[in-house]
Order: sequence, then structure tokens, then C-alpha cells
Amino acid sequence: MLEIRDLHATVDGKEILRGINLTISKGEIHAIMGPNGSGKSTLAKILAGHPAYEVTKGEVLFEGRNLFELAPDERAREGVFLAFQYPVEVPGVSNAQFLRLAYNEKRKHLGEEELDPLEFKDLLAERAKVVEMDASLMSRSVNEGFSGGEKKRNEILQMAVLEPKLAVLDETDSGLDIDALRIVSEGVNKLRTPENAVVLVTHYQRLLNYIVPDHVHVLYKGRIVRTGGKELALELEEKGYDWIKEAAAGA
Amino acid sequence: MSTAVKEKSIYADAFREFAASREGEPAWVGRLREGAFGYFEELGFPTTDEEDWKYTNVAPLVRKAFPPAALGRDEVEVVGVETFVSAEAGRSRLVFVNGVYSPEHSSREALPPEVTVEELGAALAGEHGEVLWNHLGRLSGERGNAFEALNAAFLGGGALLRVPKGVVVEAPVQLLFLTAPGETEAATFPRVLVVAERDSRLDLIETHASTADAEYLTDAVVEVFVGEGARVTHYKVQDEAGSAYHVAATRAEVSKDGTYDLTTVTLGARLSRHEIEVVLTSPGAACHVDGLYLVGDGQHADTHSLIEHREPDCASRQTYKGILDGKSRAVFNGRVYVHEGARGTDAQQSNKNLLLSTDARVDTKPQLEIYNDDVKCAHGATVGQLEEEELFYLLSRGLHPDLARNLLTYGFAEEIVEKIRFGSIRAQLDEAILNRLHARLEA
Ligand SMILES: Nc1ncnc2c1ncn2[C@@H]1O[C@H](COP(=O)(O)OP(=O)(O)OP(=O)(O)O)[C@@H](O)[C@H]1O
Ligand SMILES: [Mg+2]
Repeated sequence: MLEIRDLHATVDGKEILRGINLTISKGEIHAIMGPNGSGKSTLAKILAGHPAYEVTKGEVLFEGRNLFELAPDERAREGVFLAFQYPVEVPGVSNAQFLRLAYNEKRKHLGEEELDPLEFKDLLAERAKVVEMDASLMSRSVNEGFSGGEKKRNEILQMAVLEPKLAVLDETDSGLDIDALRIVSEGVNKLRTPENAVVLVTHYQRLLNYIVPDHVHVLYKGRIVRTGGKELALELEEKGYDWIKEAAAGA
Repeated sequence: MSTAVKEKSIYADAFREFAASREGEPAWVGRLREGAFGYFEELGFPTTDEEDWKYTNVAPLVRKAFPPAALGRDEVEVVGVETFVSAEAGRSRLVFVNGVYSPEHSSREALPPEVTVEELGAALAGEHGEVLWNHLGRLSGERGNAFEALNAAFLGGGALLRVPKGVVVEAPVQLLFLTAPGETEAATFPRVLVVAERDSRLDLIETHASTADAEYLTDAVVEVFVGEGARVTHYKVQDEAGSAYHVAATRAEVSKDGTYDLTTVTLGARLSRHEIEVVLTSPGAACHVDGLYLVGDGQHADTHSLIEHREPDCASRQTYKGILDGKSRAVFNGRVYVHEGARGTDAQQSNKNLLLSTDARVDTKPQLEIYNDDVKCAHGATVGQLEEEELFYLLSRGLHPDLARNLLTYGFAEEIVEKIRFGSIRAQLDEAILNRLHARLEA
């Protein structure tokens, strides 16, 4: 589904990604871990098409197509989804309205009928159950004044509405309380199908108890320096990153 | 200079004719009229040499010398008046067509009998003479500009609203000033006096609109007296024809513990100027002065406001937002004046502008003048484009760039719109905003 080949990227002339290689097949769950500032969010945002980052080398194929030929909104309609580490507040735009517009954009793209506000209300109520989202948050402005946890939950609600092929969840677990973490994780699991794939960016092994990854990658200084199974996450939890950093320095 | 002299003569004949036609009025009204016209002649129309009019050139409308509409014109038939009426005010409204009161489109059914909502002409001649004599022109008179003086000279079309002590008016009162363009281009002079006595409550919707595009002038003056502990909420919607000129003044005085909330929405007119003055005269008085101007190609919208804190412990909040598209221009000049004795003043003012085109231009000048130490004041102005991160967020959810931009622009305006208590006004504004944005979004 996704193939990242030797990806290099800069922001303001500073090199942040320095040769990433990663292949993700449908049905898989990949976890990306790594110390602060190693480039995890940068990778996620580049996949979504954020204009601040410049790709200087390498390529990314999404379902065989060059991802960089698609504008950010086209990527989204094709099924790429990023749950932001820091979801953006959009004052004056109601959450329900925003979700409906996004949903209808996708429907149109697939050549399907758009849903009117009433029809969408039913669909939204049903999808909101996936993350047990409070109905009062639907009429409020997108993320405005939401608590940290509510914002993260709202990201997964958007995922539930848009049903992407590839979902990149950037630290969705950070800021969630213990119950919310379980609810949101179960939500993500419910949204899994053999046809889609999930990339989890996380600092904590706890999330991976709920959403069990097929592969765990460690990103350090813009490169994937180690890849393993779910036991790698346990090892990191126990030993920290020093041994990885040392190994990377030695290499 | 020479234009001012020339215009005097044009309005002089019209004024003589108009004054003569108003014979049944009390003598004091005639004197007020004469005085106002004399003052107008003295002032002449403002020019861009004057600091207050530096950015707004009224020469084009002065050259037009729009004759007063009420003179010798038959009442015009208009269809579709209902489309301009706010649903909540269906049975509490006065409608004026081309400056002339239209009884068949007006209704007072929802208003309690002790409340006065009367057409100005009748009020001047009738039992409310004293209220008028006590208040009319007190806020606008000497402090007013040439347009206000001209309005007073041609005083006639408009309304008196008086809410007696302790009365709460549930239904909002709408004053609809509608222009139904005829063959001639004309000027109307809407005049409103609001007297809300002690502990009363009133919601006012002031609407200026047109049934078709035309060149004309609306020169409006609204004076509002908010009594002790009273609360007046005032919505002004300026949706004049795209080729029209709209010059208006809203002046209010707020007594002890009274509250005046004004929200202005500027959508129409080629050139508009709104002069706002709110004087907080006694401790505990408060006001909100909010506004939204949405201007497109060829439009010029100017807001000049002054909020005066005369006494201790008054609060004022002002939030003005502007959206400018095409080759358009906006001016915001907001002064907050805190007098020497006004301790414990709490004043906030902000003006934010969104420029959707590189041809749009805004001149914004929030000013605080504080002659006192014990105050809490904040002000600021911004002029900018849409937020990149917000835009990317919407794009990342699959919204087309046009839709995403429209939605963000709409969201920018909503901060003002969503505070409006009446659904029909919100709906009307939403529609206007969305139309402006060529939007593909439905409510
Ligand atoms: N827009 C930007 N402008 C300047 N520097 C940036 C920008 N975005 C990222 N960086 C820098 O790139 C580096 C990688 O940042 P990134 O956000 O990708 O790290 P991360 O691995 O997600 O870290 P964390 O675990 O703290 O979320 C950091 O040094 C960061 O400061
Ligand atoms: Mg990050």
C-alpha cells in the first residue's frame, strides 16, 4: 500500500529526514517510536502533504502512485489520513458541519450522492459511538476549547467518518486518560479491516497492548535505525533509547 | 471647498420646500430643523483634508446631490417586503419604504400597550412631544457631523421607541428601512430615537435594505438613551444596494448599571460610513460594541467609533472584524476615551481583518486615551490572511482548497454572528456571507 524509499526532507533548509525506507502492506499495523525531535511528526506530515517541508530526495508510492503528485486534499480523498499530534482549532466552524463537508467531499470523489444534514446526523451519531464521543462536542467549533483528550478523540472520530485506507496516528495516545485510551484504542481496532493499514506514532508501550503492531520501528535522527516485532517496544520500555543511540553512533 | 458651497444651494431650495410642507409640526421642531440646516451650511460636507475623513472621500456622493426622497413622491408599491422582515419581529415592526412610513407592512401586535413604538411624524404631532423634546438631537446635535445635521434638517421619517420603567419587551422591534428604487436617485433620512427607561429591556433590529440595485443615499441617525439598570440590545444590518451610499450615526448614552449592546453588520453599499458613540455616564454602565464588515470589489466601509468612560467602574468591549475581498477598502477608527475620574475602568477593543485579495486594503487605528491610572485596558488590531495551519488541517480532511478557504472565512465571521440572539438574523447573515463567498456550503 505504501512504499517509502530513501526519503530525505528539510524544513527551513535544515535536514530532518535522512533516508527513510519503509514498506507498509494492507492489513498491517506499524508502530513508529523514537526520541523527541527524531522526525516522527515530520514524516507523518510529509505523508499528508504539509507545505512547510521540502522533500529533497527519495519517493513515496501510495497504491503504486507517486504520492507527491497529489495535493494534500487529493491525498485525503484517496484515503490518506493523519491524526495530528496537535489538532488545530478552527474557530467558528462547527464540528458537525466540518465532518459533513469532509465526508461529502469523499462521497463526491467516489461518485456517490452527498448526504444532507439530516442524513449525516444519523451517520455521525453511529460513528460517534466508536469513540464514545460526547454529542455536545458536535455543535461546538472544531477543537476550539476542547480538552487535550477531547481533541484526540475528535481526530479518531474523523477517522471513523472518513474510513481512510492509510491512517497515521501521531501520538493519539498522549493526553488520553486511562479509560479514554482504552476506548479510543478499541475504536481504532473496530475500524480495522484487511484492506486498510495503520501507522501508530507513540512513545508508550501501553498503547501497543491495545493495538498490537505487526512491526515496530525506531526513528532516530531522521533514519529508521531499528525494526522489530512488538517485543521491540517492550525492550525500549525497559531499556530506554541509549543503547539504540549508541548503536546508531557506532554504525 | 467650492463643492461645499455649491451643495448648500442645492439643498437650500429642497430644504425650504420641505420645511414648508411640515406645517402641522410643533414650533420647536421647526426651530430644530432650521438650526440643523444652518449648522449643516456652516459645516459643509467633510473633505479628506479633515483628519476624521482622511480615508473616506464623500465627494462622489456630494456631486450626486441626491434630492430628498419624501418630497412629492407617491408611495411606491413594493412586493416581497416580507423577505426583509426578521421572523421574530413579524408582529413588532415598523416598515419604511423610501423614507415613508408604510402602515400596511407594519405591525405592533406583539407589543405591550404601554410601550411606544411610533412613526416619528405621528409622534412629533402627538402626545409624545415631550419625550421627543427632551431627547431628540441631544446626542447627535452639536456633536454631530454635517450628515447628521442634514438628517435633522430633513427630519420626518423614522421612529420613536420608548419603553417605560420596568417594562420588558419580549419581541424584538424591527425598524426596516427599505429602498425601492424608482426613476430618480434620492436621499432618505431615517431618524430613530430610543428611550429605554429605568430597568426596562428592549431588543432592536435596525435593517437597511433595497429591493433592487440603484444609486441612492441613506443618511441615518439613531439616538439611544439607556436608563438606570436598563438593557438595550441593538442589531444594525446594513444591506443596502451595491451602488448605494450609506452614511449613519449611532449615538448612545448609558446610565448607571445600564447596558447597551450594539452589533453592526455591514454588507452593502458602495460607500458606507458609520459613526458610533457610546457614552458611559455613570458607574456600572457597560457596553458591547461588535461589528462585522464584509466588503467586496468596489466597496468602501468606514467605521469610526468612540466609547467614553466618564465615571468609575464602567466596562466596554469592542470586537470588530472585517473580511475584504477584491478591490475593496475598509477603515476602522476606534477610540476609547477614559476620563480622569474613571477609576476601575475595564475596556477591551480589538479589530481583526482578513484580506482575501491583494487588492484589498484596510486602515485600522484602535486608540486608547487614558487619563487615569486605575484602569484595565487592552486593544489590538490585526490584518492578515487565512491561517496556514488551519487551512492545512481542512485540506488534510479532503476539503477542496476553495471550500476550505470559504469555510475558514465563514468561521472568521461566525465569531460575531454566533453571538446574535435571533436565529433569523443569524440565518440572513450566514446566507449573505456564504453568497459572498460563492460558497457551496448549505446551512
Ligand atoms: N516547521 C518547522 N520549523 C522548524 N523546525 C521544525 C519544524 N518542524 C519540525 N522541526 C524540527 O524538526 C525536528 C523533528 O521534529 P518532529 O516534530 O518531526 O519530531 P518528533 O519525532 O515528532 O518529536 P516528538 O516526539 O517530540 O513529537 C525537530 O528538531 C523540530 O524542531
Ligand atoms: Mg511528534
